[in-house]
Amino acid sequence: MRAEAPDVVPGQPGAGKPDPVLVIDSITRSFGGVRAVDVAHLEFQRGWITGLIGPNGAGKTTLFNLLTGFDRPDTGRWTFDGIPLSRLAPHQVARRGVVRTFQLTKALAKLTVLDNMRLAAPKQTGERFFGALLGTWGRQEQANTRKAMELLARFQLDAKAEDLAGCLSGGQRKLLEMARALMMDPTVVMLDEPMAGVNPALTESLLKHVKSLRDDGMTVVFVEHDMDVIRDISDWVVVMAQGRVIAEGRPEALSSNKTVVDAYLGAHHDQALEFDAEGNPVGQTAVLVAEIESELEAAIERGQDLSA
Amino acid sequence: MIDIPSLLTNGIAALVGPSTIFFALLAIGLNIHFGYTGLLNFGQIGFALVGGYGMGIAVLYFGLPLWSGVLVGMAAGMVLALLLGIPTLRLRADYLAIVTIAAAEILRLITRSTSMTDFSGGTQGLTGYGGGFRQLSPFDNGRFYSFYGVRFLGQDLWSICVGWTVVGLSLILVFLLVRSPWGRVLKAIREDEDAVRALGKNVFVYKMQALVLGGVFGAVGGIIFALTTQSLTPDFYSPPQTFFAYAALIIGGAGRVLGPVVGSMIFWFVLSITDNFLRQATAGSNPLISFIDNQDVGAIRFVLVGVALAALMMFRPQGIFGKRSEVLPDAR
Repeated sequence: MRAEAPDVVPGQPGAGKPDPVLVIDSITRSFGGVRAVDVAHLEFQRGWITGLIGPNGAGKTTLFNLLTGFDRPDTGRWTFDGIPLSRLAPHQVARRGVVRTFQLTKALAKLTVLDNMRLAAPKQTGERFFGALLGTWGRQEQANTRKAMELLARFQLDAKAEDLAGCLSGGQRKLLEMARALMMDPTVVMLDEPMAGVNPALTESLLKHVKSLRDDGMTVVFVEHDMDVIRDISDWVVVMAQGRVIAEGRPEALSSNKTVVDAYLGAHHDQALEFDAEGNPVGQTAVLVAEIESELEAAIERGQDLSA
Repeated sequence: MIDIPSLLTNGIAALVGPSTIFFALLAIGLNIHFGYTGLLNFGQIGFALVGGYGMGIAVLYFGLPLWSGVLVGMAAGMVLALLLGIPTLRLRADYLAIVTIAAAEILRLITRSTSMTDFSGGTQGLTGYGGGFRQLSPFDNGRFYSFYGVRFLGQDLWSICVGWTVVGLSLILVFLLVRSPWGRVLKAIREDEDAVRALGKNVFVYKMQALVLGGVFGAVGGIIFALTTQSLTPDFYSPPQTFFAYAALIIGGAGRVLGPVVGSMIFWFVLSITDNFLRQATAGSNPLISFIDNQDVGAIRFVLVGVALAALMMFRPQGIFGKRSEVLPDAR
């Protein structure tokens, strides 16, 4: 299924890929004085599942928003299959085959599950004002309904087709959003935290579905901040921190990468803790404890709630 | 003491009368805007104004025949929607609300200004543009026609027949549109614009189409009403009229095809009954209700309708026809 084995590509930030589907060059986006995204070069390989990870505030979702037209970059350009995508509106990006989902699911709660699916079908004559009036959209609608039901069956939502999407659980909404994206026959599927807020019992099935997208020949890019989730299913992992790509490589290679671990846990996480015989901290550990305690005292004096 | 049969016959006359037709058409337009697409148009009366005045000015000032005046009125509604929509539809929903209510007031103040007297008739308004409409009437304009005690003057009966035909055609149009995939996109936009964008739909174009369509319904309402009354007076087109249309829409149920029409019928029926009842109850030397002055009835009936509306919102927020699950914050 894979175009190339992941290990032919060197694991440096901005590494070239044998057959990139998305190529990003010098994209930046600032909010106030903060550089939320500052990526010099990044390629996404066709037919792979690429995980985009990083701690909170690393700029992953901002990068997603930029790539899909939901936000405008300060500088930079990017191409999809060699076609420039920069400066396109979100619907134009989606029509070209780069389809995204959202971190907070946007299942349309007051439409039925089936209508959510049919809405996504592209090029509907019945969606044009005069096309709707002519009433010649019935056959296309039937075909779209068939396709929608097949996809719903694949995602185990077919029994819910006539229910309002608002009746679905959080995990089912994620599945619906994924199924809905597939109605558009996308080339690249961009999933923003597909596992967030999902019942752990459903995670396994969600991961299986993400893999099945790749097996159908799609390119998957997904954002996640949980490293464990990524390790199982990604062919390639891109690590972001403070808006930059700090590392990329095969998932098993990255967990031992010092830059990545530092970005996640802070630079001093590997410092050994020292205690004397009575259990009191000594040396560097004592300094650390004193710092933490004075912070807590300051917080209590400011009237903050420590239980949060 | 209270003449119940006359209460009912007046009520039924109001149920199908010109006001019901006018507000039904305004509310059909608002139903497209607010009920299906989630656009807050607070200046629907401005669309009625450009419809009515567009026709009147085309006939009187430019000497066009009445039928082309009707087309000019509808085109004016379309142009107003485009002018208001282009700057505001890319912004959040509340911007459209502010711009539309302001635009409707600007239009009213311009049409009533003395500097426009030659053009729009100023505060005097316009008359004498719609003679051709009455000539088409198959009824005897000066004669009273009686239906089980409900009496209509021939000229009004003709307006009512034409008006309800237009309402019926509008409802068929709305029905065809909202059951189509086009209507599905509108309902999706009402819920979450970004989700619809992510699915490859040009949200701006759909919102603009909805604004134009609903605006043309408002303009048609203005045209029908101007043909019924045979006169255009600028101060009739004041902001509260938009909110009466919203009241009608919400009573009937927003986002339902028949909602605006049934809501408008109930609104004017109840208003007529309370008005007649209060007038009878406060009239004479020994009135049934002594603490309300006969002069205050016109204001108090609206207070009562307001109270009834508040009660409706508490017990049936979806209106007569609405689906409860569609107005609650979460469908669960």
